[in-house]
Amino acid sequence: MSTLDSKIPEGPIAEKWTNHKNNIRLVNPANKRSIDVIVVGTGLAGGSAAATLAELGYNVKAFCYQDSPRRAHSIAAQGGINAAKNYQGDGDSTYRLFYDTVKGGDYRSREANVYRLAEVSTNIIDQCVAQGVPFARDYGGLLDNRSFGGVQVSRTFYAKGQTGQQLLLGAYSAMSRQIGKGKITMYNRHEMMDLVMVDGKARGIIARNLVTGEIERHSAHAVVVGSGGYGNVFFLSTNAMGSNVSAGWKIHKKGAYFANPCFTQIHPTCIPQHGDQQSKLTLMSESLRNDGRIWVPAKKEDAEAIRAGKLKPTDLKEEDRDYYLERRYPSFGNLVPRDVASRAAKERCDEGFGVGTNETGEAVYLDFSSAIMRYGQEEANVKGLHNASDKEIKELGTKVVEAKYGNLFQMYEKITADNPYETPMKIYPAVHYTMGGVWVDYNLMTTIPGCYAIGEANFSDHGANRLGASALMQGLADGYFVLPYTIGDYLADDIRTGEISTDSKEFEEAEKSVKEQVDFFVNNKGKHSVDYFHKLLGKIMWNKVGMARNEKGLKEAIAEIKELREQFWKEVSVPGSADGINQELEKAGRVADFLELGELFARDALERNESCGGHFREEYKTEEGEALRDDKNFTYVAAWEYTGEPSKAKLHKEELKYENIELKTRSYK
Amino acid sequence: MSATEGLNLTLKVWRQKNDKEQGKMETYQVSDISPDSSFLEMMDILNEQLIAEDNEPVAFDHDCREGICGSCSMYINGEAHGPGREITTCQLHMREFKDGETIFIEPWRAKAFPVIKDLVVDRSAFDRVMNAGGFISVNTSGNTQDANAIPIDKHDADKAFDAATCIGCGACVASCKNASAMLFVSAKVSQLSLLPQGKVEAKERVQNMVKQMDEEGFGNCSNTGACEVECPKGISLENIARMNREYLKSGIS
Ligand SMILES: Cc1cc2nc3c(=O)[nH]c(=O)nc-3n(C[C@H](O)[C@H](O)[C@H](O)COP(=O)(O)OP(=O)(O)OC[C@H]3O[C@@H](n4cnc5c(N)ncnc54)[C@H](O)[C@@H]3O)c2cc1C
Ligand code: SF4
Ligand code: FES
Repeated sequence: MSTLDSKIPEGPIAEKWTNHKNNIRLVNPANKRSIDVIVVGTGLAGGSAAATLAELGYNVKAFCYQDSPRRAHSIAAQGGINAAKNYQGDGDSTYRLFYDTVKGGDYRSREANVYRLAEVSTNIIDQCVAQGVPFARDYGGLLDNRSFGGVQVSRTFYAKGQTGQQLLLGAYSAMSRQIGKGKITMYNRHEMMDLVMVDGKARGIIARNLVTGEIERHSAHAVVVGSGGYGNVFFLSTNAMGSNVSAGWKIHKKGAYFANPCFTQIHPTCIPQHGDQQSKLTLMSESLRNDGRIWVPAKKEDAEAIRAGKLKPTDLKEEDRDYYLERRYPSFGNLVPRDVASRAAKERCDEGFGVGTNETGEAVYLDFSSAIMRYGQEEANVKGLHNASDKEIKELGTKVVEAKYGNLFQMYEKITADNPYETPMKIYPAVHYTMGGVWVDYNLMTTIPGCYAIGEANFSDHGANRLGASALMQGLADGYFVLPYTIGDYLADDIRTGEISTDSKEFEEAEKSVKEQVDFFVNNKGKHSVDYFHKLLGKIMWNKVGMARNEKGLKEAIAEIKELREQFWKEVSVPGSADGINQELEKAGRVADFLELGELFARDALERNESCGGHFREEYKTEEGEALRDDKNFTYVAAWEYTGEPSKAKLHKEELKYENIELKTRSYK
Repeated sequence: MSATEGLNLTLKVWRQKNDKEQGKMETYQVSDISPDSSFLEMMDILNEQLIAEDNEPVAFDHDCREGICGSCSMYINGEAHGPGREITTCQLHMREFKDGETIFIEPWRAKAFPVIKDLVVDRSAFDRVMNAGGFISVNTSGNTQDANAIPIDKHDADKAFDAATCIGCGACVASCKNASAMLFVSAKVSQLSLLPQGKVEAKERVQNMVKQMDEEGFGNCSNTGACEVECPKGISLENIARMNREYLKSGIS
């Protein structure tokens, strides 16, 4: 029944990519000049792809909804980017990065894709340094590394807590160079509203100019979607306010399968919600878990006293603290993968040990006091201060911690008005990243010929859980080193096609349906704002499709989302007009798509009768409460085909074969 | 924090339909704002209120809401990004304001940044300056040399990083009485000229970027230093001095 062909090349895993590159068809430079490629998104994935395609000679049309490509959400990534450089000589290798990523993903990713990712990871660092990305260096002038969760080597490259910013500005500068040359036409403040297909192939998009309101037709020989993740289906997440699923969802409705939507990452270290007026959540980088220790009070009465404001965390003695990650997972401790750390925090809070002063009481501590003293002692030794007092040691240690995490500490203090050098940070898990996304084959092509998906928008590399510092790696790998070559194989057929006309009935029809939707929104005299619906959707998702899921809750969620969607289409109110800037109109289109995705998301979670990675079904756990996978029945990618109603989508299974790594129970004990 | 009283505020907000029509200040009231809310969350509440009354909400740019994308751009009580140092508008919290206060909210004002609606301005001039030379001309082939082949002095690397943290928000331009873009442009010129990889084309870069900057209609720098004070990322005036040196050097070939 399956129509899925993942196109994994033959041969041993270490040779697949090289062989594939040697065998795929190329387009010669002269012919590239007559080929147009649309790239939707200018984040790490889209930005790097647009720049490289333009350097290769294609005519690129790039789109983003922000006022500049430099503001794509990748800019907010903090902690770092992985690469198997083994600069630290701690035994890292391509194979080890591959292994860690597959294991971290709880054995639900495609081996061949992950191996390729690990293979090109080292080129990324070389490339970025050549572009002027100012990574952190040591005193010898060489690149520095740190560790991230789920691994036991130091392979993460970083630029303080602004790694995403520096990498994105690198990609943006490569784009700028091509924009200056006229090889990329940049469409800022433009939103892709639909995909246009001609003779079964992706041949263009309909976009809305967000400044003039004009609905525009843009044609190309191929369309690349690098529109990021869909975490905002939960309303509150660490994603940017405008992050959305619409580009991915529109292509899904035109025939691209959507894979593993329920694989979503809840990040363990975010600033807890302050109240109902909250618009988004803020991440505290995972790099903090290198030095911060996570704990809650060991006694319930202490937790209660803290919540009531009668006790301070610094009043608690060592033996009255429960460093629950170190207790439960002695070998990885505070550096267990994200899914494990998040569930452990929820478990403690559900049991009544939370320390939040908000209504829910949901928060745990992330404490730097031991790190400050440890670093302080080292500094004192280096400086030959053998009789340093505790106060002096603390001062020295504070400086070290400040140099490493200064901007994160500052960000925390700005938001909470608490000083994390003096009192532990309060953190709680929040929606952060979506491993699921548009299904792609080895060439990153979706099930629509000529339509590609890259970066967080696709599904392929992280399985059921992503390891820290791997999204930046994947975005840049896809954009700089994979897509620009694999797309040539497809475009080789188009060297004689000539420009695609936008004067066709396909473009006309697509434009018409987009216009109808826009007109509907501005004319509907409803009684609730778009956010009203978005918040309700978020509540359903968080409560029933969030960190812990069960059959009953998922079934309820499907019914409730459906109902909410019907209400939305009756009662949504969008003030203003369709011409010119109308931010409510932009949100309305995005929330309409989230209301469909949410339903498929819940259906996918319902179908997967196992717990793996970020997907935790309460019915499937070990006696100790750890996730219980079912490899016999669920070692597959769930790829959903749109059939008209989200929860009636048709399931296609891509069986996952593990030829190089043995499937094991993931243990971080 | 739940015990703290909510704030009642009067807002004077710049409303302008589009880039052609004239705008004016309008007055609104908001009540019971949590001191823990961010400034933009307060704006969300105002907008929800306007929508409920069937009025058009206030348009403003924002995205990351954590001080890094550079989208948000409000001129609050006469200061770019409002009171407080080294923060963007989205990092400003309502605890900085007093109950009963009147807050003035305007867009960036600069010839090179035309207002296109309410608080939204067109900052594409910055992109064009970058397109003119804000890069190192190396292809993304991956066939470059090993990243550790050239050690870089930590001191230079750190300085390059500090300059590279500019978020392109435009507060420097909005705060400058001449609407000069020197701080923004010098940050990029400095970052690249401090690194060995960027030295090769340093001359062309500074010339091309400065030329484009002038063409965009940004004013001259008269060293008042207002930009540095209002810059949310603490970009230092040292960068302007470095760019001036680079520019002078580039003339003497
Ligand atoms: C706070 C935070 C910290 C993170 N830290 C790390 C980290 O330290 N390490 C790591 O590896 N990963 C990290 N991640 C994850 C990582 O940043 C993202 O997964 C990655 O940057 C996504 O890149 P992207 O290019 O796929 O998409 P994005 O950067 O999200 O870009 C999406 C682009 O698509 C455009 N777009 C979207 N929809 C449309 C539309 N309909 N029409 C036109 N354009 C559209 C947008 O304008 C934008 O240009 C972090 C994520 C968050 C939220
Ligand atoms: S120099 Fe500072 S104020 Fe100017 S654009 Fe950069 S970050 Fe903004
Ligand atoms: S919204 Fe991104 S910097 Fe303010």
